[in-house]
Amino acid sequence: MFYREAGDFSTTYQQDNQTFPIKFDRYRYYVVLFIAIFVVPFLINDYWVNSIFMPFLIYAIAAIGLNILVGYCGQVSLGTGGFMAVGAYACYKLMTAMPEVSMFIHVLLAGVITAAVGVLFGLPSLRIKGFYLAVATLAAQFFLVWLFNRVPWFYNYSASGQISAPERDVLGVFITGPNTQAWATYLFCLVFVIFSAYVARNLTRGSVGRQWMAIRDMDIAAEIIGVNPLRAKLTAFAVSSFFVGISGALFFSVYLGAVEVGEVFGISKSFLVLFMIIIGGLGSIFGCFAGAAFLVLLPVALKIVGVDWLGWPTDIVAHLQLVIVGALIIVFLIAEPHGLAQLWRVAKEKLRLWPFPH
Amino acid sequence: MKLKLTTLALTALMAASPAVAELVFPSLSYRTGPYAANGIPFADGYADYFTLLNERDGGIGGEPVRMVECETGYNTEKGVECYESTKAEGSLVYQPLSTGITYQLIPKATADGIPVHSMGYGRTSAKDGTVFKNIFNYPANYWDGASIAVTHLADLNGGDLSGKKIALVYHNSAYGKEPIRTLEELAKKHGYELTLLPVDHPGQEQKSQWLQIRRERPDYVLMWGWGVMNQVAVQEAANIRFPMENFIGIWWSGSENDVRPAGAAANGYKALTFHNVGDDFPVFDDIQKYVVDAGKAAGAGDQIGTALYNRGLYAAMLAAEAAKTAQEIHGTKTLTPAQMRDGMEALEITEAKMAALGLPNFGPEFTVSCENHGGNGYGAVAQWDAAADEWSLITDYVQSDQEVLAPLVAEDSAAFAAENGIEPSCG
Repeated sequence: MFYREAGDFSTTYQQDNQTFPIKFDRYRYYVVLFIAIFVVPFLINDYWVNSIFMPFLIYAIAAIGLNILVGYCGQVSLGTGGFMAVGAYACYKLMTAMPEVSMFIHVLLAGVITAAVGVLFGLPSLRIKGFYLAVATLAAQFFLVWLFNRVPWFYNYSASGQISAPERDVLGVFITGPNTQAWATYLFCLVFVIFSAYVARNLTRGSVGRQWMAIRDMDIAAEIIGVNPLRAKLTAFAVSSFFVGISGALFFSVYLGAVEVGEVFGISKSFLVLFMIIIGGLGSIFGCFAGAAFLVLLPVALKIVGVDWLGWPTDIVAHLQLVIVGALIIVFLIAEPHGLAQLWRVAKEKLRLWPFPH
Repeated sequence: MKLKLTTLALTALMAASPAVAELVFPSLSYRTGPYAANGIPFADGYADYFTLLNERDGGIGGEPVRMVECETGYNTEKGVECYESTKAEGSLVYQPLSTGITYQLIPKATADGIPVHSMGYGRTSAKDGTVFKNIFNYPANYWDGASIAVTHLADLNGGDLSGKKIALVYHNSAYGKEPIRTLEELAKKHGYELTLLPVDHPGQEQKSQWLQIRRERPDYVLMWGWGVMNQVAVQEAANIRFPMENFIGIWWSGSENDVRPAGAAANGYKALTFHNVGDDFPVFDDIQKYVVDAGKAAGAGDQIGTALYNRGLYAAMLAAEAAKTAQEIHGTKTLTPAQMRDGMEALEITEAKMAALGLPNFGPEFTVSCENHGGNGYGAVAQWDAAADEWSLITDYVQSDQEVLAPLVAEDSAAFAAENGIEPSCG
C-alpha cells in the first residue's frame, strides 16, 4: 500500500538509474539520514556511543570493505584483522608524527596506506583462488600482527608495546583522547560511514563493480569478455583495504583509545567481520549494516535481558551468548544463505503487493 | 496493561538511578574465555567479601554495598562496554583485573573522576600519584615483582648473580612486556644474562620456547603468564625436566589451577605473592558462617582459600578499607567517586588493622600518599608442595630494589605527563 512504484514515473535515465528508484525507499533513506545526523547526536550519552553506536558504525565500515572483496569480487579473505591493524598503526604513527594535522586527514591517509598494503597482499590472488587464497590472506593476518608486536618503531618504543591515542581534534573539537563528547565522536564516525557507504554503493553499481562481479561469477568468462583480472582483483583489494583501514584507524583512535595488537586485531576479528557479511548478506551494502548491527547489538541485548532483567549469573549469559550466536549462524546458512539483506528484499517484494497479494 | 508498563518503567528507573543510598562496587570479572580459570576465583573472593560485609556488618559504615558484576572475558571491547554501563550507577572504584583494560581505563576514568585500583597489575608508573591522580596500584607492581624475584635468586646464590643466565617467558602483551625494562636494568646491576621468550595469546603453544630453554639451559626461568598459559608452561617445564625450584612465576602465575594439572611434577615450583596463602585466618570462619552456610557464596563456592580467591578477597578488603577511610575523612556515609579517591590516597594498612579484620599477617603494611600510589613494594616467594596440595611462603616479605625502580617510575611517569600535558602536582 505504501511501498509501491505505481505512480512513480521516471522521465530521465538519471531518475531511473538512481540508487533508490522507488520514492518510498528514497524518502525512508532521507529520514534515516536525517535522524542519524540531526536527532541522534542530541540524544546520546557515553553509554550509547561507546557500547552501541560506535562499534556498530565502525564494524559497518569494516564489513563494507570486506564485502567488496568477498561479496562483490569473490576473493575470500581472512586478513581483515591484520588490515585493520595496519589502519590503526598507520593512524597512530601519523597522529604522533604530525599532531597539528586534522584527524580527518589522518584517518583517510591511514586508509590509503592500508590500501597499498592490501594490494601487496592481494598479489597472490592473481595466481591462487578459493581456499588457497584464504590461506594466503590468513598468512597476512598473522604476519601483520607479528610485525606490529615485533618491531618497536610501530609503537614508538613504548615499554608496554601498546599504542594509545593522544588527544587530537577536528576544528577544535576533541575526537580522540579521554575528554571527548559523545556527539563529536559519533558524528565523526558517522561521516566516515556515510562516505564509505556512498562510495561503495556507487562503485559497485558502476563499471568497476561490474568487473568485480564478473570476476566473482566466473573469472575465465570475465577474461574472455575483456575484463582485466589483474586490474579488477587488485582494485578490489585496494578499495576493500582502504575501507578496512579506515575502520581500523577509527577503532583504535576514536573507539578504544588504546590497543594491544594481538588481542584486538587477532584472527577472531577477521572471523567476526566475515560473520557479519555472511549474516548480513554477501554482495549487499545494506547487508553490511544489518550484519554489523546484528553482531554488535545481539551480545548487548542478551546481556541486558539476561543479567540486568533476569538476574542470571554473568558467566551463564556469556556462555549462552556463544551458543545463540553460533546457532544463529548455522540457522542463517541453512535457511537464508543470502543473509538479512535477502530477508529485507523479500519483505520489500511482499510489501509491494500488500495488502492484495495475487 | 498501561499501568503495569508505567510501574515497570518506574521501577526500572528507580533501580537504575544512582540516588539510592548504597556503595556501588563494580566487578569487571571474567568467568569465561581462556583466562577464566584465573578469573573465577578472583571474582568469587571479591564478591564474597562484600557479601560478608553486608551480612555481618550491614555494609561499610552502616551503608550497604551493592556489587555490580559485568563479564569482560578479558576482552578490551567488552571491558569498555562494562565500564560505560556500570559508570552511571555511581561506581566507586574499578578493578578490571586486566592490564589491557586498565590501560584503556586510565584516561577514561581520569576524565570521569573515578578511581582505578590495579592491584599488582596495570601500568607500573601509576605509582606516581602526582601524574596519575586517579590510578592506584598498591601494594606492589610488576617492577617490584621482577626485582623481588631477582633478589630472591641473588639470595640463593650468596648475593652474586654474575654470569648466570635468566630466561623470561612472558605473555606477549602489555602485561608480559612490563617487567622487561626492569629486568634489563637489574641485569646491568647484577651482571646476569637475560633471554626473552615471548608467548603469544592465549599461550597454549609453547613448544618452541621450551625447546629453546632446553637448548640454552638458563639457570633460572621467570614467567609472566596468565590463564591457560601458566598450566602449559608448568607442564612443558616438567616435560623437559627443568628443575622446578629454579622456575619462578609472577603472582599471576601462582594459583592452584596453574600447578595442579602437572601433578607431582610441579612440586617445588615457586611464585611470588603480595599476600598470604591458605584459609587459616579468622575471616574465613566468618565467610563460612555468613556467606557459605547462608547459601550466598559467589560462583560455585569451591574456590575458598585458593591463592586467587585470597587475592580477590584482599582486593575487596583494601577497597572496603579505603571506603571506610573516605567516610571518616568526609564525615559522610554515602560516597562519591571523588571522595573514594581521597580515601584511597589516605589509606593506611597496619598489622593491627588487618588483625582486627580477621586477617592477621595477611599482607605487608603500607601507606598510600599522593606521591606514592603504589605502596612500598613488598612481596614474598611461595612454593608449591604437590604432595600436600598447597602453597606455602618460603620467605618473609622483602622489599623491591627501590634504588633501581624509583628512577624508572619517575622517568616513565614524566614521559606520560609530557605526552598528555599533565602538570605533576598534589592536592
